[in-house]
Amino acid sequence: MINISIKRYHAARQPAEIVQEWEIEEGVTLLEALTSIKTKKDPTLTFRSGCRSCVCGSCAVRVNGREVLACSYKPKEGDLVEPLRFEPVIKDLVTDQSGGFETLKRTGAWLERLNDEAVVTLEEEKRTEVQTDCILCHSCYSACPVFETNPLFAGPFALTRVWRYVADPREGDPKGKIDAVQHDGVWDCTLCGECTAVCPEGIDPKSDILMLRTKSTQMGHTDPNMGAFGSFGLDF
Amino acid sequence: MFDLLIIGGGGAGLSAALAAHDAGAKVGVLGKNYPTRSQTSMAQGGINAAIGNIEPDSVEAHIADTLKSAHTLADEGMVRRLCEKAPDAIGWLDRIGTPFSRLEDGRVAQRRLGGASGKRACYAQDYTGLKILHTLHDTALKQGIEFLSEYYLLNFIVEEGRVLGVTAVEMATGEVKAIGAKSVVVASGGYAGLYRGFTTNSSATTGDGVAAAIRAGCVLSDLEYVQFHPTALRSSGILISESARGAGGRLLNSKGEHFVDELLTRDQVAKAIWEQLESGEEVFLDIRHLGEAFVEENLPQERKLAKLYEGIDPVTDLIPIKPVAHYTMGGIDVDHMHCTKVKGLYAAGECANSKVHGANRLGGNSLLETIVFGREAGENAAAFARQHGDVNPRNSEQFEKDRSFVAAIPHFTNQIDFYEKRDFLGKIFYRNVGIVRNEMGLKGVLSVIRQMQKELPFMGIADKSREYNTNLIEFIEFGNMVELAEAILVCAISRKESRGAHQREDHPREEKSYDGVHSLSWKHDGTLCNEFGGLA
Ligand SMILES: Cc1cc2nc3c(=O)[nH]c(=O)nc-3n(C[C@H](O)[C@H](O)[C@H](O)COP(=O)(O)OP(=O)(O)OC[C@H]3O[C@@H](n4cnc5c(N)ncnc54)[C@H](O)[C@@H]3O)c2cc1C
Ligand code: SF4
Ligand code: SF4
Ligand code: FES
Repeated sequence: MINISIKRYHAARQPAEIVQEWEIEEGVTLLEALTSIKTKKDPTLTFRSGCRSCVCGSCAVRVNGREVLACSYKPKEGDLVEPLRFEPVIKDLVTDQSGGFETLKRTGAWLERLNDEAVVTLEEEKRTEVQTDCILCHSCYSACPVFETNPLFAGPFALTRVWRYVADPREGDPKGKIDAVQHDGVWDCTLCGECTAVCPEGIDPKSDILMLRTKSTQMGHTDPNMGAFGSFGLDF
Repeated sequence: MFDLLIIGGGGAGLSAALAAHDAGAKVGVLGKNYPTRSQTSMAQGGINAAIGNIEPDSVEAHIADTLKSAHTLADEGMVRRLCEKAPDAIGWLDRIGTPFSRLEDGRVAQRRLGGASGKRACYAQDYTGLKILHTLHDTALKQGIEFLSEYYLLNFIVEEGRVLGVTAVEMATGEVKAIGAKSVVVASGGYAGLYRGFTTNSSATTGDGVAAAIRAGCVLSDLEYVQFHPTALRSSGILISESARGAGGRLLNSKGEHFVDELLTRDQVAKAIWEQLESGEEVFLDIRHLGEAFVEENLPQERKLAKLYEGIDPVTDLIPIKPVAHYTMGGIDVDHMHCTKVKGLYAAGECANSKVHGANRLGGNSLLETIVFGREAGENAAAFARQHGDVNPRNSEQFEKDRSFVAAIPHFTNQIDFYEKRDFLGKIFYRNVGIVRNEMGLKGVLSVIRQMQKELPFMGIADKSREYNTNLIEFIEFGNMVELAEAILVCAISRKESRGAHQREDHPREEKSYDGVHSLSWKHDGTLCNEFGGLA
């Protein structure tokens, strides 16, 4: 047996935020441990789950400050389990993820206009195969430091998805997609790589964002940060 | 107020939503989780269509394979429609951007699944369901379809034989709401989650929509037909896709003996494994000879999960397996228009019995059904909505009843732990309503279930709060499971023969008198009724 702590929050409780310690079996997944706590010890413990097999994207939480899928992480002695960041906590490990899902809409992360003649070759399919493994678990969203200062940032998973469509030969309007991610988008990323480090699917949003930047430049957009530097220089 | 409300955001629900939207309807999709978290995301193997990209294939062969596996319990007209529309369905998915695996020349790749006469399943690595579901979701966002996510369906509001909407708990606030719609498509998934601990299914697959349908006056059919997947990881029930066997994976017992042809249909393979297990053998899936490159390309998820849950690497080790509940062929009985007995209420996907799988579903046919029949149901429901006027469900009796019910649950005595009962239900269903059944076992479980029904008011919840109360939701789910369990058992006891996935030790033969005969279940004044349609 090992001990883990769980940070819990419920507005209607006094105090609203508490950290509780639990003894759990060693060697099981965190999701199995949470389920066991809920069904055997404390039915009020609240978390999301679904597939148990790392594909539905429901169960992401933070352990010792790192995003993980509860169904693929095996807890260690002394672990601290917390909800994801940058979306309001509803209860315990459940956050209101509607804001994150909204980024898909804001960025237009879909096939805008079908290019009827396009053929997707094996090679082209492979180019974004990993990107289309995204399970929308919001781990990268929670890991991205830009949200500390800019809640309107498009965020890593939405940008990865935009890149996946821009790179798809079936997209007949790649320019439109690129135009849509200029503001609070590709240039707001600090390229810190936190998103890449936590993605359970091995996706690399940072390099997808770099690809989007290259495409943006090719399509006539400029890096606004550079622009600011330029005029700053001239003023002197 | 929606023209059309869809319950469930899996493959069937989103296909229905997109088709209804194209038909001009104002559509809402209500689900107890976010759409991309639906069980459809878990489908790995593929989606069938006789497009013959690898080897010659024909719609007729697809129909023949499907009918053969169905053991007379499929409707040939429906099967024909499904198979004929399959190539178009793949074309449509391709056009909205689905990242299918490809051949060199850009055509969609195909592979062979069990029971198929050729390489017919289109796939996207072992993420077929995930990639289809996400593409549908992206498209639904593009079309501005409205989502009511994390709303838990309680009941359909039905007055004078017509649906007026649904009652649901808004999970974030715990509030019970009445949501009106001129027509409703239920696409809430199956009920194999009843076999808790012994199923490949998501923990959310508890048959809520099917249970709500029987309460609302719909007929359910063929409930005894539960498919067991031959190869799930022994300790967790997590699926090892059929494509592993399709590619040459072998089944071995503890002595290393090969005991069954891996490419038979699922019912046959599952039964052969069950017999080995009952005789004290362990059973393993061997894919070592396929090589690391093959496993990494085609079965990466399975490799990861085998490592996680069994601590073994399929590239170098045998995979310990057991057969577990996987898919429910039975469900809400629908006509050729996908309409239930209740006017304006349609059903599609795994929750429906549109009679294309019969006694045993073929791998790759259910994703296909979600797309083809999901779209048809959406179109038909949109047409119904166009022809019918506005509804006002606010003052309905159902709403008042459900609101007081949910308010009362925190006051239930909670003397009996329903979580323990839920695990117990899974276990006794697996042992007695599983791959091989007999009357004594079935009747024993029925009396346990009837006892559980009596005990429900003495169960209850410890979490008395309103906000995101999963204790409450799981309790209501458990109520649905118990309600369905009774109906499944009555059907399984009454079908005194063995056919496809329903195997009776005490009636081991397929009986002519049951050819084409479906079990029907419904409620009359709250009491369960059961009949075999057309049994001589
Ligand atoms: C591990 C696995 C692998 C599979 N592989 C394949 C395969 O390779 N090929 C194939 O053809 N089939 C496969 N299947 C079967 C196939 O995936 C399912 O039959 C199909 O995805 C069902 O889709 P659906 O849209 O009907 O329901 P689901 O995807 O189950 O969606 C149900 C929806 O209903 C909602 N819902 C349920 N209850 C409520 C409620 N009370 N209130 C509100 N909303 C509710 C849920 O939120 C969800 O959005 C597989 C199944 C599993 C489990
Ligand atoms: S990119 Fe990775 S971390 Fe981000 S949502 Fe997708 S799967 Fe999760
Ligand atoms: S690389 Fe960019 S998107 Fe990724 S976490 Fe850092 S700032 Fe956010
Ligand atoms: S439960 Fe589905 S990703 Fe963890």
